[in-house]
Amino acid sequence: MTSRLIILLTFLVALMASIMPLPLSVDAFRPDWVLVVLLYWCLALPARVNVISAGVLGFILDVLLGSTLGVHAGAMAVAVYIVAGNYQKIRNFSVWQQALIVGVLSALYHLIVFWLQRFLTDAVFLPSYLYPVFTTIILWPWAFLLLRKIRRNFRIS
Amino acid sequence: MNPIFKHGPSPQHRLILVLFCSALLIFFDHKMNSFESARGFLQSMVSPLQYLATAPKQLMNWAAENMVTRRQLIADNEQYKINELTFHEQALQLAIIKRENDRLRALLASPLRADAKKMVAEILAVDSDPYTHQVVINRGANDGVYEGQAVIDDEGIVGQILHVGTTSSRVLLITDVTHAVPVRISRNGVRLIASGVGVIDTLTHNHVPHSTDIRVGDTLVSSGLGGKFPEGYPVAKVSVVRQDESRAFSQIQSQPVAKIDRLRYVLLLWPEQERAPATAKLDNKAVNE
Repeated sequence: MTSRLIILLTFLVALMASIMPLPLSVDAFRPDWVLVVLLYWCLALPARVNVISAGVLGFILDVLLGSTLGVHAGAMAVAVYIVAGNYQKIRNFSVWQQALIVGVLSALYHLIVFWLQRFLTDAVFLPSYLYPVFTTIILWPWAFLLLRKIRRNFRIS
Repeated sequence: MNPIFKHGPSPQHRLILVLFCSALLIFFDHKMNSFESARGFLQSMVSPLQYLATAPKQLMNWAAENMVTRRQLIADNEQYKINELTFHEQALQLAIIKRENDRLRALLASPLRADAKKMVAEILAVDSDPYTHQVVINRGANDGVYEGQAVIDDEGIVGQILHVGTTSSRVLLITDVTHAVPVRISRNGVRLIASGVGVIDTLTHNHVPHSTDIRVGDTLVSSGLGGKFPEGYPVAKVSVVRQDESRAFSQIQSQPVAKIDRLRYVLLLWPEQERAPATAKLDNKAVNE
């Protein structure tokens, strides 16, 4: 019960971090907090956090960001599905290799969101849409270490 | 418990389920607009999260406001006093002009313009989604905010209300790709439409003939034609006029006068129409009796 609460709490913090107001110049570099936390829990506890949780969190993100409902939900689910299928392989990689994989997934996530937006509202691609990928790669090792500490500390399994 | 063999549906089935759901959501939300009422409800559901997320920023603002030197405060006060004096003087003139205008309008038998009800709102959150330009404000259905309401700041039009929650609501900015404002050039009254392009400092005007009298620096004010925005508020200043004869229309771009990227307080406007029909009804009643 407490473990479920802790997992929910980490998601809540990630959601808050992804809508926290930032100056416009830094805003383009905001890492994908929710995706990082989701990917960690999906790697660590694939039986608990899976594609469905990704869909639900993506939906909440859609509501928070005011985008068309379902856009982030679908993109998030695809990114998490790839990890859910290969978690045993990815677990054995070093943290930096994992960071690169997370970077690729984050790029995929942003591209899917862009494609859907392009399809829906004729958005034009700007390279700044992919800046979060770099910050996400940098964020992953730290998020990984912190979340592993939380998981071990509270014996979540 | 960490099972070796996973239970439940396989990831493939889950993915198909989620993608199916999100495709349905996208279809119903984008094409059918069937979530308009549910959006308000969802907005109220997540507003605690938004209040929480802005808490650190509020704290910083509070600290910045409280840690000001006495000297600074005195200087500010002085400045405000001077401002108040000049604004007061202008207001005096405005009152006279307003009365005169009312008289002239009465002579012309056109409807009098009544003062709109206004309310100040604070920006709660700005979207981090690069595809939409929206902000969340701290007023909702409890304050009488309604969908499609005009939102301005001290310089000009900011946008309109998109979704209303109970204590917060979402504002679509004029720079969003999906937004357009009917405007006219204040110099000569030529009507245009200012559409957002998804860039924070640019609006574009499509289908403007080459013969249109428009110059760089012209002020565009809302024309009030769409019925959403009250007439006469500044919207943008023309920044680019490109008259390439090989194209069908001239390319016009303008820059919003409202500080869209530096919003903190905005003003919500209520049109006076709500009261006008009521009085009309009363009059009818009086006539009937």
